[in-house]
Amino acid sequence: MFKKKECVAMLLAGGQGSRLYALTQQVAKPAVPFGGKYRIIDFPLSNCTNSGIDTVGVLTQYQPLVLNDYIGNGLPWDLDRAYGGVKILPPYQGQHSRDWYKGTAHAIYQNMRFIDQFDPEYVLILSGDHIYKMDYSKRLRFHKNRGADCTIAVIDVPIEEASRFGIMTIDWEQRITKFAEKPEKPESTKASMGIYIFNRKKLYEYLTKDAKDPASDNDFGKNIIPAMLTAGEKMMAFQFDGYWKDVGTITSLWEANMDLLGQRPVFSLEDDAWRVFTRHDPLPPQFIGDSAKIKNSIITEGCEIYGTVENAVLFPSVRVMPGAVVRDTVVMDGTVIEEDAWVEYSILDSNVHLGAGAHIGGTRDSGNGLTVIGEGIAIGDQKMVEAGTMLPDLR
Amino acid sequence: MTAAGLIFSNIHDQSVPQMTATRTMASLPFGGRYRLVDFALSNMVNSGITKVGIVTHNNYRSLMDHIGTGKDWDLARRGGGVIILPPFVTAYENPRAGKLYTTRLEALIGVMEFIKHCSEDAIVLSDCDAICNINLSKILEEHEQDGADLTIVTKQINLGSMEPSPGNSIIYADEDGNVTDFVEHTKLLRGEHDVSTNIMVFSRTFLITLLLDALAHGYTSFYKQALSSSMGSACIRIYRHDGYFSKIDSLSSFYRANIDLLHTHTRDALFNVKDRPVYTKVRNSPPTRYGSGAVIANALIADGCRIDGTVVNSILFRGVQVRRGTVVKNSVLLQDSITGENVTLNCVIADKNVMIRDARTLAGHESLPFYISKGKMI
Repeated sequence: MFKKKECVAMLLAGGQGSRLYALTQQVAKPAVPFGGKYRIIDFPLSNCTNSGIDTVGVLTQYQPLVLNDYIGNGLPWDLDRAYGGVKILPPYQGQHSRDWYKGTAHAIYQNMRFIDQFDPEYVLILSGDHIYKMDYSKRLRFHKNRGADCTIAVIDVPIEEASRFGIMTIDWEQRITKFAEKPEKPESTKASMGIYIFNRKKLYEYLTKDAKDPASDNDFGKNIIPAMLTAGEKMMAFQFDGYWKDVGTITSLWEANMDLLGQRPVFSLEDDAWRVFTRHDPLPPQFIGDSAKIKNSIITEGCEIYGTVENAVLFPSVRVMPGAVVRDTVVMDGTVIEEDAWVEYSILDSNVHLGAGAHIGGTRDSGNGLTVIGEGIAIGDQKMVEAGTMLPDLR
Repeated sequence: MTAAGLIFSNIHDQSVPQMTATRTMASLPFGGRYRLVDFALSNMVNSGITKVGIVTHNNYRSLMDHIGTGKDWDLARRGGGVIILPPFVTAYENPRAGKLYTTRLEALIGVMEFIKHCSEDAIVLSDCDAICNINLSKILEEHEQDGADLTIVTKQINLGSMEPSPGNSIIYADEDGNVTDFVEHTKLLRGEHDVSTNIMVFSRTFLITLLLDALAHGYTSFYKQALSSSMGSACIRIYRHDGYFSKIDSLSSFYRANIDLLHTHTRDALFNVKDRPVYTKVRNSPPTRYGSGAVIANALIADGCRIDGTVVNSILFRGVQVRRGTVVKNSVLLQDSITGENVTLNCVIADKNVMIRDARTLAGHESLPFYISKGKMI
């Protein structure tokens, strides 16, 4: 060992994202495309790079092929390092145990030896499920200054949604006094963002204890955090006021994409000082033909647009042919929308083919819900897919 | 047959002086997100060449910035990859002391060490002012089959359509494809001729012999002296490229080549060739955002732009902003140039980081586009 790291990040990327149904058939949730040219995992990875954290372990489990391939050697995020960088950590067979990751805490417990290689003082736990930009180095500074054992990032959520989150009660100096995982009657609106900074020694102590408890769910929110709080460890909350979106459902995924649109987008990717990095295919610039009509949309490399695109997010190499209409829709890479096809309030996954004159979805106001067409599905000419349909239907 | 590549970054710089005053021909921006060197480099990478030397002359900072470690072309390699070859100038007392090369031949002699140290069978030479997507493996294959010492890639061009320029070498060959003569492009020549693309495949040992011989004879001209003198003894072949080819030899040809990309067949021939993509430096720009006032017709637009105005028949590079009420027609706006509100542009080339303030009207003509230099505010 020739250089220790102050802080190592562990990114939990094994989530199935079961409520994304058709969109996570083949890929883990962190690999789900977002925002025209990104995948969800680009956000925590870019945050690490921009925060000066250059050692990231990515814990995979569910459908890891795409994710492994995508992360590769970490080059797009500047995480291809001689020492440190990004490493994929799948579950493995040990001498005494051969388990899948049983819970978030167990996943970290299994990889303590990975962390040890870098002899860090602090371990940052991240999840690959959220869209946000955050400077982790500020959080780390806070954690150190307060002499905390654990710092949890919190965000204010509407009280009616609070029972979906881990809710914290904090005192005047931002010390956590109470923690309730998904409470029926929430006491506050301070929700855990699932971003934790631990002192490594303390973390190990509780992980080891937790691993020996057969009754435990091996989960940070359910087990580790409550146990530390009960034992009186110094647990701090760090308030976050920026944009943060859990894209765990198809509706929230659609909404988060739409947040990128408008004169002043709710969430902007255009900050040069905080770029979001992603893996690029070598594609030419987008071409907009002379019959195209484009309003309030984001479009990226390799696209060819000859039809109407309104309030839409288009991924690379999407083709919209003359007379076609795409409205209030997220269209992922390689999808082709043939002449006079019509799609509204939908999510089209990668490499979907809509035949000429096909009619997909309905207006958003009709209340029939989002329409989702899964990867590689071809819809025949003149075919109609009713609003609210999901293909294949995995609900 | 294994091959290494050699790219001339500065040859013919003087043909677009407005734009190459501060950069090499190789780093001249093109097609929304590329620089000219990307085509030469991608052609080599796509043909399995993993060692490429880039011959420089002056002002090559922007080129080094663009190439970086070569990662974006998958050319960050051990024992090869992309190698910038700084100009070779001897400091010691001799008639050439302190002088930079002025011809292709002198440039080659300057990088003799690189050529000698290669272990590959062949060296592929390429200039940067030639825009094409070409399968070099096929040329290397033919070169080997023919047992050639040198294979020159040519494009049949009607000379009436281009300005005579000493930069264009006309190649004559017999029916079997053996080169018989080289001449300079003068006004006297008319009709279809084989014009050298300056892409050529040399057997490495032949190239070294040729350079040593040129050194001994004090030759300075590549085609007229070095190649002509070896014509009888060496096997010099011609390879006719029948795909898209465009040469940048003036500001108006730079303009035309860019605007030409608005044709589907040009884009297909350059960018949509199976297994031969064009690589460039990744800038991590976000997708382009179109506002509610955007009107776009026939435009090639890179990522990172913000468009609220009208864009017609134009090429927009990364990070360009077109604000409300602005009309951009028949124009080429380079990286990060910004137009204010109610601006009207027609046949304009705006170099990088140009700022055009509200309500300005600027126009040129297709044959004489209006050029705004880098970083200017109008």
